[in-house]
Amino acid sequence: MSHAYKTKGGLLPVLDGLEVAVPEGTFAAVVGPSGCGKSTLTKLVAGLMKPDTGEVWLHGERVTAPRKTVGMAFQNPVLLEWRTILENVILPLEIVAPKMPRARRVTRAMELLEMVGLVGFENKRPSELSGGMRQRASLCRSLVHKPEVLILDEPFGALDAFTREDLWQTMRDLRRAEPFTAVLITHDLRESVFLGDQVIVLSGRPARTQYVMDVDLPEDRTLDVLFTPQAAGMLHTLRDQIKIAQGRGGKDH
Amino acid sequence: MLGKIATPVLAVCVFLGLWELLVWANGWPNYKMASPSDLPPAFWKYRELFFTMGWQTLWRTVAGLMLAVVFGTLIGMIIGFSRLARDALYPLLIGFNAIPKATLVPVISLIFIGQHDFNTVLMAFMISFFPIAVSVGIGLSTLEPEYRDILRALGASRFTIFRKIALPKTLPEFFGALKVSATLAFIGTNLVEIVSPHGRGLGALFKSGETNGDYPLMFAVLIALAFLGIVLYYAVIFLERIFAGWAEREGG
Repeated sequence: MSHAYKTKGGLLPVLDGLEVAVPEGTFAAVVGPSGCGKSTLTKLVAGLMKPDTGEVWLHGERVTAPRKTVGMAFQNPVLLEWRTILENVILPLEIVAPKMPRARRVTRAMELLEMVGLVGFENKRPSELSGGMRQRASLCRSLVHKPEVLILDEPFGALDAFTREDLWQTMRDLRRAEPFTAVLITHDLRESVFLGDQVIVLSGRPARTQYVMDVDLPEDRTLDVLFTPQAAGMLHTLRDQIKIAQGRGGKDH
Repeated sequence: MLGKIATPVLAVCVFLGLWELLVWANGWPNYKMASPSDLPPAFWKYRELFFTMGWQTLWRTVAGLMLAVVFGTLIGMIIGFSRLARDALYPLLIGFNAIPKATLVPVISLIFIGQHDFNTVLMAFMISFFPIAVSVGIGLSTLEPEYRDILRALGASRFTIFRKIALPKTLPEFFGALKVSATLAFIGTNLVEIVSPHGRGLGALFKSGETNGDYPLMFAVLIALAFLGIVLYYAVIFLERIFAGWAEREGG
């Protein structure tokens, strides 16, 4: 698919002949130079925008408008300050399942909060939580309505390195428990290898698929896996691909 | 809690003391400037008038303010959601707000001859809707797109997004503006009360004090107005605590 933004200086093509296929139930990590159109891709997948040419298909249906089977989380956790953590997590259910009894909503939300280690904080306001905890709550909100597709737009990007690694493990555990197909936009190659079943490298703007790597690591990954020669090799390859995408193909090794 | 009440009360006492001292030190007679000790007799002498006139002023101010809330919020929504409306309405709003409202008193009293209550409410409204409209407009237009996207991605309607996200998110700005508007509305009410012949309300009482050279009465009216202003202001704070208490930070 292709997409261009209308700007003062004319059309700004951001995606050009981009082709991405993510098999159902797998986790795709999308990396690429900054400003290459990664976030545009999430908006297209979510149905928030329509591509100029091309199509987006999710689970056998063409995307033409937003759909209830999508969950989204962003770099900014965008929690609503006037709601408690529990009420924030329940929010999507109010839209997607307006008739669901309150007790079932709470049970479902608490189930997720337990998985991410936020039990005991459900009645706090977002401002009372740390950045990492807020992002955990944001992940719960994106999953509460059991979406088929989870779109993650750099959700760990603003966290410090240790918190980020904690969140990677939380994400891994959530994946085991919840059946979703995930598209993760990131600029962290280690993150893409740790979480992804495949890593898709986008070229510089306008973005097209430059390289696809199947991550051949065991299903049950621990952070240690990142220190194996296998992972090091993959990270190296990805690094080279990013350099090519930035238009500096392998010159400055 | 005790400190919360004691501190402002003490501050008022200090203020009254300094005022008394100023008048006493200069030896001003009370036709030049009344001192706080002149006020209780003035209040007592006209106590019934203060109650009836004070009530007149208060209800017309609150009515004007409520109109301003409804109209101001509507205008704010229009300029907050539509760029076109914003570009079109801003110059008009700013121009209207820049007009000294005293100049409008003869205009509206000619259009609505003898409608004293209506004119007063109208003026209170006209002088106080602007801050509300602007703050609601800014609150809505600066809503981060991600806040909208979390619900829009689920197919929520514009109205749902407004009700669940935009409206509550704008409440702190709204109440900030309402505090300004509440005091402005008093100015509007009194403008009409003072200028209109045979008016009612505290403004008219002030005018009659002036006509009769009763300076303690005039100052007593000013204090009564200040008191009503404080009451209304704290009423707004009370509502703010209920509806937007979440925006308050601990230890702020």
